[in-house]
Amino acid sequence: MNFDYTEEQTLLDNMVTSFVRDNYDWDTRCNIVKSEEGWKEENWKQFAELGLLGVPFDEAYGGLGGKSADLMIVMEQFGKGLVVEPYLPTVVLAGGLISKLGSEEQKNSIIPEIISGNIRCAFAYAEPQSRFDLNDVKTSAVLNGDDYVLNGFKSVVFGAGMASHLIISARTEGEQRSESGITLFIVDTKSEGLTLQNYPTIDEYRASEVIIENLKVSKDNILGKVNMAYDAIEEIVDISTIAACSEAVGILQVLKDSTTEYCKNRKQFGQSIAKNQVIQHRLVDMMIEYEQAKSILYMAVTADLSNSDERRKAVSAAKARIGKAIKFVGESAIQLHGGMGVVDEYMVSHYFKRATMIGVLFGNTDYHMKRYMTLTQSGISSSDEAISVSVT
Amino acid sequence: MDTAFSNEDLKFQSEIRDFIKTNYPRELRDSINSKRKLGKELSREDLTAWHKILGKHNGWSAPSWPKQYGGAEFTPTQKYIFEQECAKAECQYIMPFGINMVGPVIYTFGNEEQKTQHLPGILSGEVFWCQGYSEPGSGSDLASLKTSAVKEGDHYIVNGQKTWTTMAQYADWIFCLVRTNPDAEKPQQGISFLLIDMKTPGVTVRPIKLMDGSHEVNETWFDNVKVPVENLIGQENMGWTYAKFLLAHERSGIAGVARSKKAIERIKQIASSEMSYGEPLIQDPAFKAKIAAAELELSALEYTELRTLAKDSAGKGPGPESSLLKIKGTDIQQAVTELAMEAVGYYANPHLGTTLSNEYVGPDYATNLSGTYFNFRKASIYGGSNEIQRNIIAKMVLGL
Repeated sequence: MNFDYTEEQTLLDNMVTSFVRDNYDWDTRCNIVKSEEGWKEENWKQFAELGLLGVPFDEAYGGLGGKSADLMIVMEQFGKGLVVEPYLPTVVLAGGLISKLGSEEQKNSIIPEIISGNIRCAFAYAEPQSRFDLNDVKTSAVLNGDDYVLNGFKSVVFGAGMASHLIISARTEGEQRSESGITLFIVDTKSEGLTLQNYPTIDEYRASEVIIENLKVSKDNILGKVNMAYDAIEEIVDISTIAACSEAVGILQVLKDSTTEYCKNRKQFGQSIAKNQVIQHRLVDMMIEYEQAKSILYMAVTADLSNSDERRKAVSAAKARIGKAIKFVGESAIQLHGGMGVVDEYMVSHYFKRATMIGVLFGNTDYHMKRYMTLTQSGISSSDEAISVSVT
Repeated sequence: MDTAFSNEDLKFQSEIRDFIKTNYPRELRDSINSKRKLGKELSREDLTAWHKILGKHNGWSAPSWPKQYGGAEFTPTQKYIFEQECAKAECQYIMPFGINMVGPVIYTFGNEEQKTQHLPGILSGEVFWCQGYSEPGSGSDLASLKTSAVKEGDHYIVNGQKTWTTMAQYADWIFCLVRTNPDAEKPQQGISFLLIDMKTPGVTVRPIKLMDGSHEVNETWFDNVKVPVENLIGQENMGWTYAKFLLAHERSGIAGVARSKKAIERIKQIASSEMSYGEPLIQDPAFKAKIAAAELELSALEYTELRTLAKDSAGKGPGPESSLLKIKGTDIQQAVTELAMEAVGYYANPHLGTTLSNEYVGPDYATNLSGTYFNFRKASIYGGSNEIQRNIIAKMVLGL
């Protein structure tokens, strides 16, 4: 049993850490998020050069064959730097779907392009009515000759504006909430019938509303089997949730450390405010929440993710628990920074906003709590033996 | 990163499992269970029987002790497995005062005579120890303690009062912090670590009843107690250093993860039998959510403990982070005892096992759950209150 990184993982960690240190100082980041594009292509090229874009992909397609632990390392450091380039949407989410469902031909043509940084992809799954339910899909795809015709609307698609390709979930069969009957289509973002309404998010990332009107997609551009995409979507969203949790843990570390430093330096009533026990205990509780968040992330990363029940349970446990930590550490960081906490100019509010939006991403705390409960508390039978003992 | 057990660890796990199965006495389990249910005091034999069995088997009564002193010297992973298996099988836990507390102080700071005199009895479970730290005026501010030890010839004359001495009613020996230099510059500098035979004239133990009616703790009075100077550990006035060592030394298991897991399992079973709104309580959304919240916290804590153990086995040693394990571990223990009480509804009320009633009432699983809840309010207070633990983290980890 150990929680140490392997030699390769240490190298990866050092590499991402130095990228963030050298290329992502606060002023640089401010300029990136204020720019028209909302990201920096040069950074993306550097990700490609460093091999970061290949981390989770199979070696057969030029990737590094990394696992959740490797993605965790990348995302944790990206979290510390609030890196806005669309790594999670392209590499983890869309990339994960292509790896999972793509035909040999699709994988051979798309994955190397992602790894080399030439293209970016995004996954359009959420709809205005779906909230976090991946099975709630109204967007329809109807077969017409050799093409499918898609109509519908996709909400808050992260990274769509920077993507060359969109993966769209659409209903080819069944009721609106049926798990079967969902099919994935991969399309060029410039296709006729696709309209992207791009906007910045509150945490300075970019997302889009996607309007789909009589979008024609060839059968060849189906990812996986018709009607059968749901299990893969759930799995890849789970894997992406772990990546998002990793980013959150990186952010929480910055919030905890910078707030501790701030309280040491901030003087009121003639002394550092960190001399007050009420402040000290709040800082300690932030540290405890951070450690608990990191621990449950480790639980998820080391769980047997190939077993779907264990994966679901681990992911929802982590997301729900980390969601709680985000709220406590984030809100405490703002509170302890006082006036400096609420201004746009100072870093801490930006970390707080990003962490809070990660809390929403792929399902919030309540959503995952419910999923966790459904997985762990059904079918309990009362056993006659152990039950009669007291609880100490 | 790898949390899978190695083949060796798995072999060890089944060895422990088999050992418990074959050697944990059925009668002991039954005796302890029926007493617990009635809120009755466990006997010295109840508390030490399992300790004595483990003491005869490769030093298993002392998982952390080095082999040279007769301990098992388990690796951190083995310790974790051992604790898990004991908790799963609901073995009576080993009293910590000898094995986890004074034992390591004796083999680290004691002289050869002291090691020879005391370690075998601690290991075997034949000698029962208790701890003399707190005093009526010295709780969180332990260093302000007043119990005095004045050297006269080859004895110390001890006078004063200790309190919260857990299980002193059974103890053969007590390890005490006493003041040997009242004029030291700092209060910490005048304290010594003394071993005292409870049978010495002048030692009086008086029970303190806790709010659940249990008798776990006592007042221990010292009235001109003559203690041979050979019973001083290490150097005079260095006792505070040894006491701090003791606090930081043995933290594995402090979080009680395995036992809380078992307790949650039981609550789920209880909640499957209890009905609310015509459905099993386990289906009640509010109750379900509380169980799930406790499970998540426990799952996180388990990995916090594993991370601490892994650090420990890499020789980095447990630091003040162990305060975190104490805070969170006791938080969860308290949440769990509360949930158990809550699960049984009205049957939280009966207080059985008193002189007024010795009959069972209500469902078997409900007895004394409220007693346990009330009893466990102690957990966030003992061993350095959770507020003191936060002070320790603030100072030692955050550098405030």
